[in-house]
Amino acid sequence: MVSPHGGNGAKAQAIPQDAVASNAPAGLYVHVPFCRGKCPYCDFYSEPSPALASRWVDGVLREADLYGDLFSRFDTLYLGGGTPSFLSGEDLGRLLSGLQRRFRWESSVEITLEANPDDVTPEKAALWWDLGINRLSLGVQSLDDAMLGVLGRRHTAAQAAAAVEAARQAGFTNLGLDLMWGLPGQSLAQWRETMESVLAFSPEHLSCYELTLEKGTVFYQMACRGDLSLPSQAQSRLFFTATSRFLRQRGYVHYEISNFARGDVFRSRHNQKYWRHVPYLGLGPSAHSFDGRRRWWNARSVETYCEMVEAGGWPVAGREIPGPEERRLEALMLGFRTREGVPLALVGDTDRARRAVTTTVSQGLLEVQRQRLRPTLAGWLVANRLPLLFD
Amino acid sequence: MPKIRNFSIIAHIDHGKSTLADRLIQTTGLVSEREFRDQILDTMDLERERGITIKSNTVTLPYVRPNGEEYALNLIDTPGHVDFSYEVSRALASCEGVLLLVDASQGVEAQTLANLYVAMEHDLTIIPVINKIDLPSADVERVKGEIENELALDADQAVLCSAKEGMGIQDVLEAIVERIPEPQGDLEAPLAALIFDAHYDSFRGAIIACRVFDGSVKAGDRIRFMSNGAVHKVEEVGVMRLKREPRKVLKAGEVGYIIAGIKTVSDVSIGDTITLDEDPVADPLPGFREVKPVVFSSIYPVSSDDYPSLAATLEKYKLNDAALVYQKDSSAALGQGFRCGFLGLLHLEIVQERLEREFDQSIIMTVPSVQYRFTLDTGETVTVENPQYYPDPVHIQSTEEPFIRASILCPERYMGTVMKLCTERRGQNPRFNVPIPGRVEIIFDMPLAEVIYDFYDRLKTVTQGYGSFDYEVTDYRPSDLVKVDFLVNGERVDALSIIVHRDRARAWAVQVCDRLKEEIPRHQFKIAIQGAIGTKIIARSTISAFRKDVTAKCYGGDITRKRKLLEKQKKGKKRMKMVGAVSIPQSAFVAVLKTDKE
Repeated sequence: MVSPHGGNGAKAQAIPQDAVASNAPAGLYVHVPFCRGKCPYCDFYSEPSPALASRWVDGVLREADLYGDLFSRFDTLYLGGGTPSFLSGEDLGRLLSGLQRRFRWESSVEITLEANPDDVTPEKAALWWDLGINRLSLGVQSLDDAMLGVLGRRHTAAQAAAAVEAARQAGFTNLGLDLMWGLPGQSLAQWRETMESVLAFSPEHLSCYELTLEKGTVFYQMACRGDLSLPSQAQSRLFFTATSRFLRQRGYVHYEISNFARGDVFRSRHNQKYWRHVPYLGLGPSAHSFDGRRRWWNARSVETYCEMVEAGGWPVAGREIPGPEERRLEALMLGFRTREGVPLALVGDTDRARRAVTTTVSQGLLEVQRQRLRPTLAGWLVANRLPLLFD
Repeated sequence: MPKIRNFSIIAHIDHGKSTLADRLIQTTGLVSEREFRDQILDTMDLERERGITIKSNTVTLPYVRPNGEEYALNLIDTPGHVDFSYEVSRALASCEGVLLLVDASQGVEAQTLANLYVAMEHDLTIIPVINKIDLPSADVERVKGEIENELALDADQAVLCSAKEGMGIQDVLEAIVERIPEPQGDLEAPLAALIFDAHYDSFRGAIIACRVFDGSVKAGDRIRFMSNGAVHKVEEVGVMRLKREPRKVLKAGEVGYIIAGIKTVSDVSIGDTITLDEDPVADPLPGFREVKPVVFSSIYPVSSDDYPSLAATLEKYKLNDAALVYQKDSSAALGQGFRCGFLGLLHLEIVQERLEREFDQSIIMTVPSVQYRFTLDTGETVTVENPQYYPDPVHIQSTEEPFIRASILCPERYMGTVMKLCTERRGQNPRFNVPIPGRVEIIFDMPLAEVIYDFYDRLKTVTQGYGSFDYEVTDYRPSDLVKVDFLVNGERVDALSIIVHRDRARAWAVQVCDRLKEEIPRHQFKIAIQGAIGTKIIARSTISAFRKDVTAKCYGGDITRKRKLLEKQKKGKKRMKMVGAVSIPQSAFVAVLKTDKE
């Protein structure tokens, strides 16, 4: 990490359309599995106590040692969770410097930290900046205190505003905010108000996620009992299209189903690797990796993970090598999530494929542009089934 | 040489036939305790699950009497359901005697009677065995009374046992040896052997289970099937002792198997006579007949590419289930398939499940039908069991449908509910018998079409399991029939068409439209489902358009899980049938057949 702040922002390079797996720099993801509490909608793995944090840092660095130079170089580092902002400055510093020494890095690196607004104090923000972190992803979720209560978040709208202010003061010029829509009891008007207030912070990036019910979460159980009032299919169509229209009118690029950037340079460089089949290494419990050919994933619990690496072994819980058909399905599935869509060549040149293209285009789900098949808003709404129309 | 006894066990469902067979196998030491599995003879998963014997199976039990005499007891297992009467009759024709098993608390049931008549037809020695005498609800005296009064057998001759507890098993074995006559047969006469069962082995070809009546057969002989003249060279003969045990020769009186490298499965028919090619017997053994199906349905492969595989499978399957008849059929909606005839609805279900489980075929079956008769204005009478061939209604002068004599035996307290059920099913002319105090036999004339879906299930429900049911097809009677078609976005799904009584048409159409609505997934466009008689729409439902998924997030790198989910959906889609632009899942065709749980 020669110059952590050097390349990001306005000077960042144009993003390649389809990075070639072998040549494109890889992404490094570190899963920080600690949270103060469990949000009722979240199914990511986390531990409520930071007691294990120091042992976990050692574990991640041991795991990093195992990989040597399997990945030639990285140009993104993403600390996700869990709640990475929950880590002490000491643990975080040890982690970052350890990773810096163990891998080869491009001259310009995007280093993202996911943070909860209630963790972002001016002191912490300054510390993160000094450690080389150049992008913050703030879990704002809503700017309506009632909604934040429903979501079981520990922060308020005022704290979110203070967090943004603190980040800006510390020097962050690439700020991403996570928001959620389709919340229990939320009206479209309330959601518009939230977006309006958020735009006052001029964020470089916005992720607007529809609340999804994941099995095993409190919300899922409540929904099963009929205790959650969620928007109907028609209403949630409206939420989605209204969000896209609103943010595009305000100058944002809607570059992936749930992601918006204030200009292409502010797209999440790291997350795009997932959608473009670019290799990434995931360290930490439950992290997933892809080296361009193989996929593998780690043990889920911190305890198991640490025991495995401490014993000198790989903390891997499963692996697979997707075949050509599987790769193609992945490429369709991931490509249709992005504005760029997929190259026409990927769907093939059979009569069937041509018929499928004609049908989906006439249904207004896709459009053909410069030899690419790109999803429309209506297409994004049914993105999960688009790949099935091309088999 | 051990002496031989050939016998079979007949019983009503649940009266413990398989348990008794298991106990005999265990007692004679054919298997060690360790190898012993409950219901050893019921080898098919399906049988084990349903607890009924579908396919007959045979086994030779070595038995040494207390006085040291050695016996080979050939137990020929029989299917225990009304649908399989032909197989039962072929198995019984191979025996000299039967154990007639009666449950000590349930007593004589409709099926017991039906089986007894078949045994009597073959002049077999009948040994009544009262089973489950250990149960607290056992009433041996009452059951003995029923055996005397209803079966006209000497109840003093009844053997008492509890197969489950292993009580009285020795008495059963002694009764077999003492009372069942030794098989007669002329060893020097030309070979005459009766095929009573067969199954297919992918390495050895057809494995034929047979009873040798006269002569003998050994490896190297050239055998001839008398019904079709096919000739094959014998590779191996032997006896079944759970596993096949090769022998040098099978002689008159014996029961065993023949392997003759038979790959053309259609050569082998149950009930056929085997003889020697160079020294044939003059006349085949009596009783061979083509089985007559009463229920018809079409089978289609879920994926049209699998048609050749389904064709090959049916040929193999047929060998093991002589009762199934089939011919080619085709449907605009489902492609190429087969029109099949079954002995009854249970037979249909069993064929369906066995094809799927044992032969790994994914199939779609159409709504079962019976054989209707139409008299046209030309004076010609046509028989139609496939709604596709329903004549143009303007030319139909009169219609007839097959009727049955339905006999239901149940405790008196269920009389009202059973009467109601039968009347709902267009039952006519009720009669009653009270064979024993407390129990009543209800006899109805009913259309066969009314019992082929779910009548037996419903009967079990309304009588809490106490009702038993038997039927025979009696005659054809005038009826008012219509054909109901189903349209999906205006396209007729021919595989869903049904010929039905006019009074039942609307209810059926409404039910099918609702089922289809539940089973067909939403598409990018609106789907209209209609039920129609000719051009008149009698029922409808609508599936609204699908226009939004959950736009879940996709990061954190777990691509595998998402892809697997897609692959699963993709597989599901492959199992769908396209009608116009609408994909109809296999489950929709199945759901149409399901019982309505009121």
